[in-house]
Amino acid sequence: MPTVRLSFSPAAAHVRTARLVGVAVARRAGVAEELLEEVRLAIGEACSRAVALHRSHGLEDLVDVAMADGDRFTVRVVDRAANGALVARLAGEAGDEDSVMVLSDPALPLTTPPELLAEEAVAARMGLALLAGLVDDLNVSELAEGVGTEVRMSWPLERPAE
Amino acid sequence: MELSLSTYDSGDHTVLEVGGEVDVYTAPRLREKLVELVETGARHVVVDLSRVEFLDSTGLGVLVGALKRLRAVNGTFGLVCAHERLLKIFRITALDRVFSLYDSVAAATAAVGSDAEPTA
Repeated sequence: MPTVRLSFSPAAAHVRTARLVGVAVARRAGVAEELLEEVRLAIGEACSRAVALHRSHGLEDLVDVAMADGDRFTVRVVDRAANGALVARLAGEAGDEDSVMVLSDPALPLTTPPELLAEEAVAARMGLALLAGLVDDLNVSELAEGVGTEVRMSWPLERPAE
Repeated sequence: MELSLSTYDSGDHTVLEVGGEVDVYTAPRLREKLVELVETGARHVVVDLSRVEFLDSTGLGVLVGALKRLRAVNGTFGLVCAHERLLKIFRITALDRVFSLYDSVAAATAAVGSDAEPTA
């Protein structure tokens, strides 16, 4: 059972709140101090990704974050967007091909130099690169029930949860 | 901590000091500032990230955007970043090979804008 659950409307301002809550819960759960910066960045990236997905799909649904401490500290960030595991096309300023965003598949080859991409595409790619690079235990999957994707991450605990 | 932005001139260079958190919420303000600098004629821009407490992928996207804008006008763009916490982010994303990273403003202004190629 999750220790703490948090749901927020897909607004950029709430991502910071999710980061702050996530780090506070991780610290209390017993995640090592030296890992907390990674936890902060990873939760932020996962929530930013969910907010971007909801915005690009015009969804007002809440983004859900569930944190649990068991054998490990586990964070699940759930969006409600269809095609979250695929490629989404945003309305770029000139509608050019730079407006394509790779949104969730860390296995996709990153062959295009970042300086040739639009800022949003850079951010999406770098977000995935950061998640993949920071989190040893990372899984992005479609929801078993309903539409959306789940980013699941976990970190080891230094001491048993209280 | 809220984003803080301040600029000063150093010879031919415009230095933008950034402090606080650069994330999906605050990055648009950083983008606006960088666009404004280029539009008002800055060509050799150094962004000092020394006081940045948090930087996410949205912030990285904005910095890449600034690099592109300055290249388009034959300008130069350097980043001052000495903290391992931030350097790790540039390494993970391989952007340490895209940006010119320096450990001090003095090092950046000495290199950026000269004929020397940026260090990889």
